[in-house]
Amino acid sequence: MSNGKVPEQIVFRIRRFAPGRDMEPVWKDYTIAYEAGMTVLDGLWKVKESIDPTLAWRASCRMGVCGSCGMLINGKAGLGCNTQISELATSVVTVAPLSNFPIVRDLVPDLRPLFDAHTALSPYIIRSDSSEQEEPTGEYYQSAEEMESYLQFSYCIKCACCMAACPTCATDPIYSGPVALAQAHRYNTDTRDDGFEARKDVLAGEAGPWRCHFAGECSRVCPKGVDPAKAIQLMKRQLVADALGLRKKRLPAELAKKPDGIERRPDIPEAPAPTV
Amino acid sequence: MEKDRGHPNRLGIWGWIGGGSWGPDRYLYTLHRITGLGLLFYFVVHIFVTSSRAIGQSAWEESMMRVTGPLFVLGEYLVFVAVAFHAINGVRLVFAELGLGIGKPIEPIYPYRTCLDDQRPWAIGALLLIVALVVVGALDFFVWH
Repeated sequence: MSNGKVPEQIVFRIRRFAPGRDMEPVWKDYTIAYEAGMTVLDGLWKVKESIDPTLAWRASCRMGVCGSCGMLINGKAGLGCNTQISELATSVVTVAPLSNFPIVRDLVPDLRPLFDAHTALSPYIIRSDSSEQEEPTGEYYQSAEEMESYLQFSYCIKCACCMAACPTCATDPIYSGPVALAQAHRYNTDTRDDGFEARKDVLAGEAGPWRCHFAGECSRVCPKGVDPAKAIQLMKRQLVADALGLRKKRLPAELAKKPDGIERRPDIPEAPAPTV
Repeated sequence: MEKDRGHPNRLGIWGWIGGGSWGPDRYLYTLHRITGLGLLFYFVVHIFVTSSRAIGQSAWEESMMRVTGPLFVLGEYLVFVAVAFHAINGVRLVFAELGLGIGKPIEPIYPYRTCLDDQRPWAIGALLLIVALVVVGALDFFVWH
């Protein structure tokens, strides 16, 4: 035993699928030596380097930021890079591609359904003053309280773990899913945004949040604490209020006023010219 | 279209039961769907059976004769249980969908707190109420009558 809990040898039971070779995914076992601090992603690298170089998965940052290495680890959706093998407390680690997405190869899911739904909900600031956005002359004003109303949802890294765990996504290909809906709510709540009406057609339709029945699995598996279930319920409240004519209409935030009577200190250099 | 993109991997009905995490809210979700479908089935059968009254008195009495006996009493009790669960859990869901009992957006600091933690007392309260109704219903169906 390496540390009293984790065996020296770990069996990686990996769901393999190669298009053109396999008709159905198959489970294959690979035994590797455990090293202290080894994550599931580290284990996959070790399998690839020392046993089977054909093993495929998607990964990049190795620090829970990029959202590339979402996979089912012992049946639960999570990131391979921030899942310690020691915390799984088992000598057999099963790794499978994220559910509810087509498998491209081995552990690589095709996330296009996620990004299609995400794109359909215009996940960016929508305003009528497009000239100010193209050629900004200042910053839009936003208070700390206003920022806190959406900040939690802006931490989403689009890893798709929530959609793999969502029971509605399991049976309903039309449903937009927690990623897209949480991001739509993030922008609807942003006081700089004025795009609620533009997103409403999709949100009030059959792809919208009304297909969610609060199983909460998205929030349970989210590796960043984004809590998509909360965003979706708050969005429903917003839609109900809008339908009843009770939604607070507001104008999008204006440019923050520059303080009067203050001169720029001469020793502070100018900001560099825009590069794009 | 999904087939064109790779090997299909949608969980289907199995995804209601497992497939990601196994939190209690998933099972409330699954039970809500199952009881909803069950009540819909019962509603159709109920309309079919009671519509015999439109044919005549004898047809009505004949159809009533067919739906008597301990098996049908048990069936009616299960309908009652489904109604109790679906109605009370449904009210809880309506409250949650109106943003009640799910908390406000917070700074996600590990270990992450989610709206499920805020919702837990509501879910437990709803379950206790359902259990109380189911017990009283059992006494009414099988003991008092």
